[in-house]
Amino acid sequence: MPKIVKPPTTRWKPEGRMSEGNFARMSRRELLKMAPVVILGAFAIPGLREPLLKKGLAVSDLASALLFRRGHLAPTFAESELTPFQKFPINGYDVDDPGVIFENWTLTVGGAVEKPGEYTLAEVQALPRMRQNTRHVCVEGWDVIGRFGGAKLSDFLTMVGADTSARYITVACADDYYETLDMATALHPQTLLCYEMYDQPLTREHGAPLRLSIPTKVGYKQAKYLTDLKVTNVVQKVGYWEDQGYSEFYGL
Amino acid sequence: MGGAVVEIIRTKDEETETVARAVYEHPLLVRLCHWLNAIALFVMVGSGLQIFRAFPSFGAKIPQKDLLNWPKAFAIGGWLGGALEWHLTFVWIYIATGLIYLGYQLFSGNYRQVLFTHRDLPGVWPMVKHYFFFGPKPPLHEAYNPLQKHAYTSAIALGVLSVLTGIAVWKPVQFSWLAWLMGGFHLARLWHFLVMWAILAFVLGHLVMVVLHSWNNFVSMLTGWKKDPEY
Repeated sequence: MPKIVKPPTTRWKPEGRMSEGNFARMSRRELLKMAPVVILGAFAIPGLREPLLKKGLAVSDLASALLFRRGHLAPTFAESELTPFQKFPINGYDVDDPGVIFENWTLTVGGAVEKPGEYTLAEVQALPRMRQNTRHVCVEGWDVIGRFGGAKLSDFLTMVGADTSARYITVACADDYYETLDMATALHPQTLLCYEMYDQPLTREHGAPLRLSIPTKVGYKQAKYLTDLKVTNVVQKVGYWEDQGYSEFYGL
Repeated sequence: MGGAVVEIIRTKDEETETVARAVYEHPLLVRLCHWLNAIALFVMVGSGLQIFRAFPSFGAKIPQKDLLNWPKAFAIGGWLGGALEWHLTFVWIYIATGLIYLGYQLFSGNYRQVLFTHRDLPGVWPMVKHYFFFGPKPPLHEAYNPLQKHAYTSAIALGVLSVLTGIAVWKPVQFSWLAWLMGGFHLARLWHFLVMWAILAFVLGHLVMVVLHSWNNFVSMLTGWKKDPEY
């Protein structure tokens, strides 16, 4: 069997002799050993491609979940580093303003909670207010640094008596958008039920009256115009974008 | 330097003559990693360019000034979500083959065949003269000439950088120190993009050299054995 000899040898020295036929046979054997490369051809087969890519993304999501550290804070920034409010992009999947009637608005809370029901904005705002300058990263690649204010989602979950051993928080929105959050991220100290941006009440385009602000997640997880919040172990639909192929976890 | 060596002989009328010699240059693990990594790199670049198409700029979102409009026909995934699936699937093949290769090279000592060191410096200028200024071809005593070693060593370093910049873009919070080293998420994305072009420059040079050199040279990356080596 050929083996690597330890360098340095200055000049070629014959170490073995072999007939042309034997050399050809040995070369063929070595070529056949490259067969594992062909396995990647599975990605060229239409019926296999999608399931394989779903698996691959799931592996990345698993790695993301394992890399998530509950106590690790996202970087925060000075006032001078903020993106001006006018230059904070407005991203909606459908309409910029789904026409929420603020007077009638409540957040409907359900699922694995001790106190389900309708919660008013005043009740959310009665919780300790957090203000933080954090980076908002879009899946598309752009990023801005914004100032967000609101209640910690973890405080709200405590208030409603949520079973935090459940796996997920799901939210529904006034524009039919929907999202799912893993519990670890929901309990992260920087995850906010956000009602303020740049120290002003949330504008309609940015998700008034209540949105999620999650500096440890990519933008599409940070749903706007919240109407429903549920604590659950079972998720049928993950999120508007996730159900079209985006990463389900996408933690930053 | 190099691997095991054989003399290929032909026996005719009870007379034996040496018709060629061959050296085992590329161990199996190196060959497997080379081709799997090459395919993974192809997918990473193609899907990466489709991801780039979603926001083809390194400036602000408002106002957005596009750097270039990369054609969709030369990208993989069809849309951002599809491209991310490809990117976040093949990245594991890219990293795994890279790590196996590096581990094997270090463990086996085979890295000496590739690694550019200070001992290669004196050979650089004669080789540059030969490649670019019609100078005489310097004699070769090992598998790779000094410029080749420099190219491969740089390519490996770029591969490592592509992964590190990629991690900073993928996980700017969990690896906030890495993103910080690169000047933050925003710049990490730019470095990731530039490292890709540097790798593509290497690939282009690599392919040109493969075409210019002998068929035996190409075959050696498939069978491991290089017939009639220059040294």
